[in-house]
Amino acid sequence: MIFRMMTAAAAMLALTAPMLAAGGADDDTLIINEDLEITTKAAAAPHLDGHLDEVISGWHFRDDDTQAMEMDDFDNPGMIFVDQGIDQWNAVEGSEEKSCASCHGDPEEMAGVKAVYPKWNEEAGEVRTLQMQMNDCRENRMGAEPWKYDAGAAINMEALLASVSRGMPVNVAIDGPAAEAWEMGKEMYYTRYGLLELSCASCHEQNYGNYIRADHLSQGQINGFPTYRLKNAKLNGAHGRFKGCIRDTRAETFSPGSPEFVALELYVASRGNGLDVEGPSVRN
Amino acid sequence: MKLTALTLAGVFVAGAALANGVAPDEVTYGEYGAVEASLSGAEGNADKGREIFSTKSMGNCVSCHAVSALPDVPFQGEVGPMLDGVGGYRSAEELRGIVANAKMTFEGTVMPAFYKTSGFIRPGNGYTGKAAEGPIDPILSAQDVEDVVAFLMTLQD
Ligand code: HEC
Ligand code: HEC
Ligand code: HEC
Repeated sequence: MIFRMMTAAAAMLALTAPMLAAGGADDDTLIINEDLEITTKAAAAPHLDGHLDEVISGWHFRDDDTQAMEMDDFDNPGMIFVDQGIDQWNAVEGSEEKSCASCHGDPEEMAGVKAVYPKWNEEAGEVRTLQMQMNDCRENRMGAEPWKYDAGAAINMEALLASVSRGMPVNVAIDGPAAEAWEMGKEMYYTRYGLLELSCASCHEQNYGNYIRADHLSQGQINGFPTYRLKNAKLNGAHGRFKGCIRDTRAETFSPGSPEFVALELYVASRGNGLDVEGPSVRN
Repeated sequence: MKLTALTLAGVFVAGAALANGVAPDEVTYGEYGAVEASLSGAEGNADKGREIFSTKSMGNCVSCHAVSALPDVPFQGEVGPMLDGVGGYRSAEELRGIVANAKMTFEGTVMPAFYKTSGFIRPGNGYTGKAAEGPIDPILSAQDVEDVVAFLMTLQD
């Protein structure tokens, strides 16, 4: 009896103490394959002045078991999809009879690319996500069908491109021609959607570190995307996540690949400038 | 025996009183956000209120608020303050105003408005992600709000 009460008290302490100390983020260090240390906390970019001092990867808000899965590529189920991405990379497709490899060489040649996307494309005069860029290569350089947005093949390839950029700091440009989309994304981030009238900021800026029902709120960063979620046992794209979060405010949501979500992705990515790319990550 | 009779009487009153209810757009909030009279015209039922408070598809208040009086309800949230004793330091009128539209009491608060049907951005059809069709129902009915208020009033230190 006494023992049980003490355990309960200790458990309560363990639950509440870190929250009081560090806004709910733990102090663990993310090292992948005992080799690659990932920057998971960084000083917030100047554009976040008055909003956040420190930016923190979602990894810090997950429990130890979930965290551990991301620390070893053999335990990270997301890496299975990276392997599928490698097969896709080498597969010859389309009327030009080319593979990604025909023009780009090894996937490692793409190191650093994920870290700067979404990015303004001068020729097309638009901000492009990585998936839009791959599909542009498929349609206009390979003569192949575009991949469906945020679905199987596109996510596999995004996971491959993320994996070769792991450990490199996110650094998306928000000025110049990208500024317009960035402003649109920012406005969306602070818009209180739906019958519950909640914005991204209501949960991920004002309340990160707090529990909402059973969920430990993170900052909603996307440096870890695509993410393998234990909940649906598959890789998830950022737009799919945005869609779910807006739906949960009892709102009419937006579609993956829509101009709205492209703008929101640019803005949310920029809130993670300084954090390292860690995709494919593991979340619950 | 007596209990059943009381509950039955309660249902009767609620049914009869719907005609005296106040529509969401017509609620009058005081200077500090309080609402004087029952929204349904009837008394609240604290047991019903406890269920609304704790159930995800209803008020789901527990997703943001913890209450020690509900030890059987798991995963109580911490986005809003703990509500132990709130029935002691807040009046029923204040609580009614907070549940109906907390923004009238706490400017800009994260807490949703539960008795409101207009002024939303991209209102959805439940949790489907699709657009709302036709007139929007408030998240809680007038009687639901009264029931929740009655439950909150039982939270005394
Ligand atoms: C016929 C040659 C060709 C093929 C095949 C091709 N690409 Fe490209 N890709 C290019 C060129 C050219 C560019 C533009 C280079 C630039 O803008 O610096 C490019 C750009 C990219 C970029 C953006 C790089 C950056 O630094 O912004 C990505 C990502 C990319 N390709 C992915 C793919 C993928 C994935 C495939 C296979 C599905 C593929 N490409 C197939 C020629 C090709
Ligand atoms: C009602 C609260 C709520 C709102 C509003 C909300 N989210 Fe979330 N979001 C969550 C919860 C809960 C999770 C899962 C736990 C976590 O990582 O915070 C989550 C997860 C995420 C993640 C995954 C983070 C990771 O590390 O994998 C991203 C990205 C995200 N949200 C972005 C957004 C964006 C963008 C918006 C606004 C369009 C938004 N969210 C609105 C509650 C919310
Ligand atoms: C999304 C989170 C959220 C939900 C859901 C929510 N609340 Fe709140 N609530 C808050 C926050 C945050 C505050 C603090 C007000 C402020 O200063 O912004 C609050 C304040 C309150 C207060 C005032 C407490 C005091 O000390 O004065 C009461 C009472 C209350 N809520 C009741 C409820 C009830 C009843 C429900 C369900 C019908 C509910 N809340 C649902 C977030 C929430």
